[in-house]
Amino acid sequence: MAEAFKTLFSPGHTACAGCGQAIAARLVVDTAGANTIIANNTGCLEVFSAKYPETAWGVPWIHSLFENAAAVASGIEAALKYLGLKDKINIIAQAGDGGTADIGLQALSGMWERGHDILYVCYDNEAYMNTGVQRSGLTPFEANTSTSPIGKILATGNLRPKKPMPEIAFAHGIPYVATASVGYPQDIQRKVKKALAIKGPKYIQIHVSCPLGWRHAPNLTLDVSKLAVETGLYPLIEYENGKLTQVRKLTKVKPVEEYLKSQGRFKHILNSPDAIKLIQAIADSNIEKYGLIEKKA
Amino acid sequence: MAKVKHDIGIAKPRSSLNNKTGSWRTEARPKFLQKNCIGCKICLLICPEGCITGEAKNTYNCDYLYCKGCGECAVICPKKDIEMVKE
Repeated sequence: MAEAFKTLFSPGHTACAGCGQAIAARLVVDTAGANTIIANNTGCLEVFSAKYPETAWGVPWIHSLFENAAAVASGIEAALKYLGLKDKINIIAQAGDGGTADIGLQALSGMWERGHDILYVCYDNEAYMNTGVQRSGLTPFEANTSTSPIGKILATGNLRPKKPMPEIAFAHGIPYVATASVGYPQDIQRKVKKALAIKGPKYIQIHVSCPLGWRHAPNLTLDVSKLAVETGLYPLIEYENGKLTQVRKLTKVKPVEEYLKSQGRFKHILNSPDAIKLIQAIADSNIEKYGLIEKKA
Repeated sequence: MAKVKHDIGIAKPRSSLNNKTGSWRTEARPKFLQKNCIGCKICLLICPEGCITGEAKNTYNCDYLYCKGCGECAVICPKKDIEMVKE
C-alpha cells in the first residue's frame, strides 16, 4: 500500500489541513531524491512529521534541538567527507522561520562561514505557529500574533518589519541564496535542483502560508502565498556568487490590500489607510530595490 | 567495542502511514470527476498530505484514508475537474 505514494514525505503526518509547509517540505525532499540526509530544527515541521514513534520521512532524518540543525548537518557533512561519500549524498538542514532567523541564526551563520556543502531551507510561515502563533524575527509589519496582539488603544500588530534573512545570507558571501513561495511549486523544484548542483553552503527561504496562524480558509493556502508575491511583499529573487541574478518580474502589481484582506491577521488595519500606506511602502521599496517591474525603454 | 543499542528515538521510515488522518475531515471531501482532466499533475504536486495518486489523464484520485479535506486540489485544478462534496 505504501508503495502507491511515490513520495519521500508520506501521508499520515499531523499537519493541519491545508498546511503550506507540508506542501513545500514534500517538494523539497522529492526534488532532492532518496540520496538525502535531513537535519531538522524544532518547529512545526519537526513536530508534525515525526510524531514519535512514527515518522513521515522516507530519508534519514534527524532532529536534535531548536537551534542546531545547521551544526548537526555540518557534522554529517564532515563525516560523509571523511567516508568519501559526500558527492553521492545531498545534505539538507531545514527549519521554520523562528528556528532560522531567531534561535538557530548563530549555528546557521557558522555553517555558512565554514563553507559546508549543505542546502539550508527555511520554511517561512512568519511566526512560531507550533506553539501558538508568537511573533518571530520574520513576522511581517502589523501582523496580529499572540505576542504582538492588537490593543484597545494602540491598534497595531507587530511593530517591526521582517528581518532581511536573504540579505544576511548574501552578506556571508555564499554561492547561492534564493527566496521561493509555495504559490509557485515548480519554482521551488527548480531552485532546489539548482541549489543542490552547486557546491558550498546554500540558502533557500520558502514563503509558506499557515491557515491557522494567518487566519484564512485552508483551501486558499496557495492563492494567499501567490498574492504576497504579486503585491511585491515577498519578492522571489536569486543571488548567485554575490550577484542578484534573477527576480520574478511582476506583469501586473496588485495593491497590498488584496493580500492583507485575504487574512485575518491583518483584519485590524483594513480600516486604517495610514497603516496600509506603510505596508504599500514596503512593497514599493521591494519593487524598486529588486527591479520587479520590467522597465519600459 | 560494545554494541550500541539503536532502538531508542528511532522510527521506521514512513511509519506515519499508520496514522489514518482521513478521520479529520469534517465538512467536505474532494471528488475526482475524471472527465476533463488534462493530466497536469498540479493536484498531486500541491496536496499537503501527498495522498493523491495517478499517472495519466483522468486517472488521478486521492486516498480518503489520509485526505484531510482541505480542498486545495479543487481550488487549483485548472479544469475544475475536482469537486468538493459534502461528507
